[in-house]
Amino acid sequence: MTGTDASPDALEARGVSLGYPRREVIEGLDLRIRRDSFTVLIGPNACGKSTALKGLARLIDPSRGSIVLNGHDIAHRRTRDVARELALLPQSPITPPSVTVGDLVARGRAPYQSLLRQYSRDDERIVRESLATTGTLDLIDRTVDELSGGQRQRVWISVVLAQQTGVLLLDEPTTYLDLAHQIEVLDLCARLHAEGRTLVVVLHDLTLAARYATDIVAFKAGRVVAQGAPAEVITAATVREVFGVECAVIADPHTGTPLVVPARPPHLGGETQPPAEPTHREDRSRS
Amino acid sequence: MLLVSLVVLALLVVCSVMIGARPVAFDAVLQILTGSDDPRLRVDSVVIWTLRLPRTVLAIVVGAALGVAGALIQAVTRNPLADPGIIGVNAGAALLVVLAVSVFGWSGVLATTGAGMLGALAALLAVAVLSTRSRMSPLVLVLAGTALAAAVGGVTSGLLILDSGALDQVRFWTVGSLAGRDPELIWPSVALVTLAVLVGGAIAVRVNTLALGDEMAKSLGTSVARTRAIAVVVVAVLCGAATAAAGPIGFVGLAVPFAARLVAGLDTRWVILLSLSFGAVLLLAADVVGRVIAGSGELEAGIVVAAVGAPLFIALALRQRMERL
Repeated sequence: MTGTDASPDALEARGVSLGYPRREVIEGLDLRIRRDSFTVLIGPNACGKSTALKGLARLIDPSRGSIVLNGHDIAHRRTRDVARELALLPQSPITPPSVTVGDLVARGRAPYQSLLRQYSRDDERIVRESLATTGTLDLIDRTVDELSGGQRQRVWISVVLAQQTGVLLLDEPTTYLDLAHQIEVLDLCARLHAEGRTLVVVLHDLTLAARYATDIVAFKAGRVVAQGAPAEVITAATVREVFGVECAVIADPHTGTPLVVPARPPHLGGETQPPAEPTHREDRSRS
Repeated sequence: MLLVSLVVLALLVVCSVMIGARPVAFDAVLQILTGSDDPRLRVDSVVIWTLRLPRTVLAIVVGAALGVAGALIQAVTRNPLADPGIIGVNAGAALLVVLAVSVFGWSGVLATTGAGMLGALAALLAVAVLSTRSRMSPLVLVLAGTALAAAVGGVTSGLLILDSGALDQVRFWTVGSLAGRDPELIWPSVALVTLAVLVGGAIAVRVNTLALGDEMAKSLGTSVARTRAIAVVVVAVLCGAATAAAGPIGFVGLAVPFAARLVAGLDTRWVILLSLSFGAVLLLAADVVGRVIAGSGELEAGIVVAAVGAPLFIALALRQRMERL
């Protein structure tokens, strides 16, 4: 499942600049994702963390620098081969209307199929295994439209599991989910990590991030502000710097990991928070 | 369902060989096809080998081509109402046929076929140039194709109104018919369509991933722009070959993949396979019906398909509560 080289990093960005036509979002990004880590990317909206994730997954070609996956520059590899080592679940993939769960997850096998190898018993088995891993095998004949948000997200995670890659990138997999389903998805991620996959996940909830991550990377305005174990990154100083929010960081009573408690709000007698600094490059140039 | 439609197709082939201005009995057909040289069957034999069989093969090839073209274009544009005509290929073919007849004074089968194929390619080129900057985005593809079809269609109508001689010559062609086609045309059409269908089958897995959005497709190892470009070329070749051989026949490319999806679900591989066989069934049936209902004469297959097929299609669509739209 993983590559052949013994380098400690599964995925690495070397001096990468990324963006859209006429607007660079990220310049000169250096980032190492440790093999077998559960790395969580945090940062305010529009800080470039999703862009970084897309760059790592070759959805955006870097204008400078290179992305190295399992020791090889992905620019020099066939995109189908990369798809057997790295999978990305985008924030809002399109669900074809009235597609069944089984059909959707079968499409995760695309990197292994060709004209002569359309669909094999192996594909069938792996689709069922992927659904079983996320606890959705009993939904295989239902249409995706009729599922709840939590079920749907687990089915989509099955699609990328069917790719059978060692590296999984998930862009905000818990957004739009209630607390119970957020925990369900993150527990699933923890299990996938424990089975030996390298995970890179974008999350917004810092307390949950600190509970599940082995490594946290904090982004602000297109650059990495802090990187390391949760206890090193989730501090009052970093939260202030990255989000512009005053807070106390205490130990989570259940896990001992950092727990972020925002300062007393003004209507309860607290001080008015300073307005959040614009984090967007475009916003900055405009002001 | 695939087997059922193949059985129906076989029955239709028998009907198609038997039925026409000079009906041939079933046992006579069998004798002729198995190589009998009974002198009493000589005329029937000529009718079957030079008219009925080629015409039957042509109906199958054209119907199958239009069905598969529709399946691909609907999948690639993520639009269940897309018709292969949406990329402007049929309109381009029609314009060049009319130009060839009215301005250059060409006549006969060569004019319609050669000019039709050229026109289809020119339309494809125009749409491709308009769409490359957006990396073949489905929206731009459909916009460019629709606009091109409208503009080209306007010019074609204008030419036909100004030149009534050309109108007479082209009239039957623009309706779409399988009658009186040169048997020589059939084998190139068969070859082109077979090749295009194979390429379509080869990219079907990647077309499946396009339905999940461009980002997901790319992450699954699909070269998005290249896959769309190949699909569009395949559609253009299929439509070009069909239109050159039988004139612009509408509706098959819209309705056949729709019916195929009702049976097979959304997997493009099955939809292509079923569309291949459903398309052949629909067009051959229309051609046979056209020979029966008009009494002594014939009604063109293009007209029968639209007149009989459209109510059927509406009934199917209503049963589905238009869910997929």
